[in-house]
Amino acid sequence: MKYDKNSNSYTFIFAIILVIVVGAALAAVAVGLKPIQDANGVIKKKMDILGALSIESTRKNANEQYDKYIVEEECIVLDANGSPIAGSDAFNVDIQKEFRDKTLPAEKRQYPLYVADIDGEKRFVLPLVGKGLWGPIWGYIAIKSDMTSIFGAKFDHKGETPGLGAEIKQAFFYDQFASEAISENGVYKQIKIVKDGSGTQPFKVDGITGGTITSKGVEEMLDRTLKVYVTYFETLKKQQ
Amino acid sequence: MSEKEKEPLFSKKNKKLITDPLSENNPVTVQVLGICSTLAITVSIEQAVVMSLSVLVVVALGNVVVSALRNLIPDRIRIIVQLVAAASLVIIVNEVLKAFMPDMAEKLSVFVGLIITNCILMGRYEAFAMANKPWPSFLDGIGNSLGYGWILIVVSFFRELFGAGKLAGFEIFGNSIDKTGLYAYGYMNNNFIILAPFALFCVAIVIWIQRSVNKNLIEH
Repeated sequence: MKYDKNSNSYTFIFAIILVIVVGAALAAVAVGLKPIQDANGVIKKKMDILGALSIESTRKNANEQYDKYIVEEECIVLDANGSPIAGSDAFNVDIQKEFRDKTLPAEKRQYPLYVADIDGEKRFVLPLVGKGLWGPIWGYIAIKSDMTSIFGAKFDHKGETPGLGAEIKQAFFYDQFASEAISENGVYKQIKIVKDGSGTQPFKVDGITGGTITSKGVEEMLDRTLKVYVTYFETLKKQQ
Repeated sequence: MSEKEKEPLFSKKNKKLITDPLSENNPVTVQVLGICSTLAITVSIEQAVVMSLSVLVVVALGNVVVSALRNLIPDRIRIIVQLVAAASLVIIVNEVLKAFMPDMAEKLSVFVGLIITNCILMGRYEAFAMANKPWPSFLDGIGNSLGYGWILIVVSFFRELFGAGKLAGFEIFGNSIDKTGLYAYGYMNNNFIILAPFALFCVAIVIWIQRSVNKNLIEH
């Protein structure tokens, strides 16, 4: 059959067939690889949680290390008032998804808390999520067993400006949070990210030059999240 | 196929398709295409190798697909069809990297996706694959991505060695944090080399050397 390659109908039919074939092929690849990618995501999350606790892990041993240090049974999920929600699965709470979801009111968000046992000492890891300049930023904060000061922190981002906002990922920035207090005399107190170089003072951390909006994003995400956990920690302290 | 058209798989002409882009018609140093990714991802050899392989897959397979369809593609939408071929291959490569090399995928971040906009691709599809049979097109794709790849690897060799004191992740000059090896004698990594502008100098030096060796390339 001879057809006119440049007729409108041929062009349309060609385009339609092409799109269907390519669409099906891409969908098949995406669906086929999804389980592997999800598994990678789970491992990455475990590595991040361990990273906040200053435990080095690789993709190979992350599962093993996680099982060794994290006490799965004690991990809980808090509601926005800082009270535990019964029967919830802390690891699988997707706080990034909840944060993005505009239809979910802020007071309905969940706050997972991971509990680690490191050589008999209890530490708590809490995930953070917030907004940077270009997109989402997130992180993990580990709290010491006294429940009033930070043990370690780790931040990451989707697409902050390299060399500026993206520096929140670097050790020189997140190391400043170690030993920073989160409450004073049992009352939550905000950690400020400052520009004037006074970051060594208590409740202050030096921001990143040229990364003001990202630094502010970190400050906001810490403030919004830590408040909730401090309420829980204080009730926990009273019970002890 | 008539007797006259038949030629060996690796005839002189076909071999030239691979060797030409390596030097005389190099996509990066002679045609000055694909510079964006050359500057961005050449901080380590590992990244350069993975990036080159990704481009190799996309250009070679894309060339074959476009060439096989060349008599079917309507002229008016040929660029879009080529773009669809490029984009779908890039997405597949990206998904595979994410699944099997997640750390590498994270380091290369947007640059794998940006292979779509790499001019080498569209250049080869439009200029070569649309007018040639699949096998020569495949060789042309291999040749051009190797031409792209070796520049990437040379640039990343110098950037990783002098910028981070490492080669493919192995510490060559000792550990810069623990101050061992050369670092104990006060040697320091040059941080400028890590930044993108240095890649530009590096590519320029390669072009300089290449043109002093091959005088045919000098424009007047």
